[in-house]
Amino acid sequence: MPASARVKGRPASPGYAEGRIHLARDTHDSDYVPASSAEGETEALQTAIAVAISGLQALVDSAAGDAADILEFQLAMLADDTFFEVASGKIGEGVQADIAWRDALDEEIAGYLASDDEYFRARSADLTDIRDRVLGALTGAGDAVIPAGSIYVGDDLTPSAFLSHDWREGGIALRRGSATSHVSMLARAAGVPAIIGIGAVGLEDGASALLDAEQAMLIAEPDAGERADFHAAHERYLKTMRDADRNATQPAFTADGERVEVFVNIADPSEVDAIDVATVDGVGLMRTEFLFGGVHGLPDEDVQYMAYRKVLEWAAGKPVIIRTADIGGDKPIEGYSIVEDNSFLGMRGIRLSLRRPAVFRQQIRALLRAACFGKLKVMLPMVSVPDEIDRAMALFEEEASLLEADGVDHAMPDIGIMVEVPSVAVQPARFSRAAFFSIGSNDLTQYVLAVSRDNADLSELADPADPSVLGLIENIVDAARAQDREVSLCGDAASDTRLVPLLLQTGLRKLSVAASRIGVVKEVVREWRKADPAPGLRHTA
Amino acid sequence: MNGEATEEVIITHKVGLHARPSVKFTKLAKTFPCVIEIATSPDGPWIDAKSIVKVMAARAPEGTRLLMRANGEASLDALAALKGLVERDFDEAHSDASLG
Repeated sequence: MPASARVKGRPASPGYAEGRIHLARDTHDSDYVPASSAEGETEALQTAIAVAISGLQALVDSAAGDAADILEFQLAMLADDTFFEVASGKIGEGVQADIAWRDALDEEIAGYLASDDEYFRARSADLTDIRDRVLGALTGAGDAVIPAGSIYVGDDLTPSAFLSHDWREGGIALRRGSATSHVSMLARAAGVPAIIGIGAVGLEDGASALLDAEQAMLIAEPDAGERADFHAAHERYLKTMRDADRNATQPAFTADGERVEVFVNIADPSEVDAIDVATVDGVGLMRTEFLFGGVHGLPDEDVQYMAYRKVLEWAAGKPVIIRTADIGGDKPIEGYSIVEDNSFLGMRGIRLSLRRPAVFRQQIRALLRAACFGKLKVMLPMVSVPDEIDRAMALFEEEASLLEADGVDHAMPDIGIMVEVPSVAVQPARFSRAAFFSIGSNDLTQYVLAVSRDNADLSELADPADPSVLGLIENIVDAARAQDREVSLCGDAASDTRLVPLLLQTGLRKLSVAASRIGVVKEVVREWRKADPAPGLRHTA
Repeated sequence: MNGEATEEVIITHKVGLHARPSVKFTKLAKTFPCVIEIATSPDGPWIDAKSIVKVMAARAPEGTRLLMRANGEASLDALAALKGLVERDFDEAHSDASLG
């Protein structure tokens, strides 16, 4: 029996998991050992395609609705001999099977990406999936089938890989990763325990392990004492969560009686099905990127309209803040966003929307139509100068009059902004056309401290509790109060029980949190009492 | 009914001959024994209507005049069936066209 090994990381999503380690395997061309003849290579490719087809077929059989249709499409593309013929032609010229297949697909993908039709460009993601599925079968790397209940250990995890796995009972430990990356957000929203930054430690595939995401610790081959401690800590955690859940439908008041509104962040409209609307004061952030980014490609107006309407109807009159597409940065969309260096400082959020008005107008029309079904507020991401608000508002006005002319039911929502760019945080009074402010603490932190969110080596610097960040938050809250404007915070900081007291201290009284954190954040609020200003903080309330 | 047949139809489906429509189109084409080809221009290129990779690559958006020709057994039936599918917007409800 090997000795236990403890690996320390940083917390990304709270919780406990016990299971076997599943080590991610990376696909590298160099892993592939070619057959000795072209015939052997062609045969190997044929076998790999057959394996990929049966893998896809199994997925189709267990999928439903849109997911099944998408897989069906991939299956049909894969079953078509065209790609195989192109690749075997290359093999005949002496090219190795894996490279021949990759080249054949990459040529096709390039054709899709060059199209000026956005639906068509977005389909390139399906071809990439097909390509990698066959390469996986060919090189024996296997597709990313993660056994249920295991603890995934890898460099990083893509959002789509996260979304395609059922994580119940399981957990995630990433060698790199970042607490503010998409997969961490998804893990928190889904309540999947996750830690990051465990580094290049040696871990054995299949080893039994305990993941304590509260202490950010992964223990491989634990001994009896470690198991007992783990189970005790897990029990305590579950009890706290149960208490939080029991009181979740009660509004949150601080210990000295001040009301704090707690909203929920959602990424996909279907998430609201699992949330009791009585536990929240509304939706503080509905992302729309996932609607754009999934296997669906760019959604048309009606798909968006139905998604927005669903959430507004669920909220039953409580406010719903929907953020227009925040694409770019770490959320690129194939065929839509622009490939660039330093994407966090580039064409993302409102900048991209204003650059691609046809797509933006479609989203605006869907929002205007959905606004009839509840208390909709629309939020513009990545605003850095007031002119961007004016330009966006002009588009809302134009689309509203077009809908009016067509006799289509619609309503004009309040239009506010995300405060995440320092130019806004430093002088919020300049942005008085915004109907409300919502602080994006993840981006604000990265921009104020000049730390890229996707750089794991610097993630300790990316601290939302940094006095400069908290000072700016206080500045925004003060400015909003002075202009009688609502201000909330929808970044990850609001879901972090260690940070909530600091945020309340800045004067914030509206927090928007991950669905799995509603109860615990309310519990923290209930215990909090206005105190003397923390060092370096000015008391405002 | 053997022999050559030609037909044409305007694509009215909102996102054109994209992913899901192409799956249906090529699946239907494959049920007929004859050779079936489609083109978006009389000068071609004429492409195999049974290959989804090639049909997708034709990138026929809404409003495209789709030319079809078939040669062999059941050629007339094949084109009538395919034309019907395109005219019925590939039997899809308008609202779930997002997959394209």
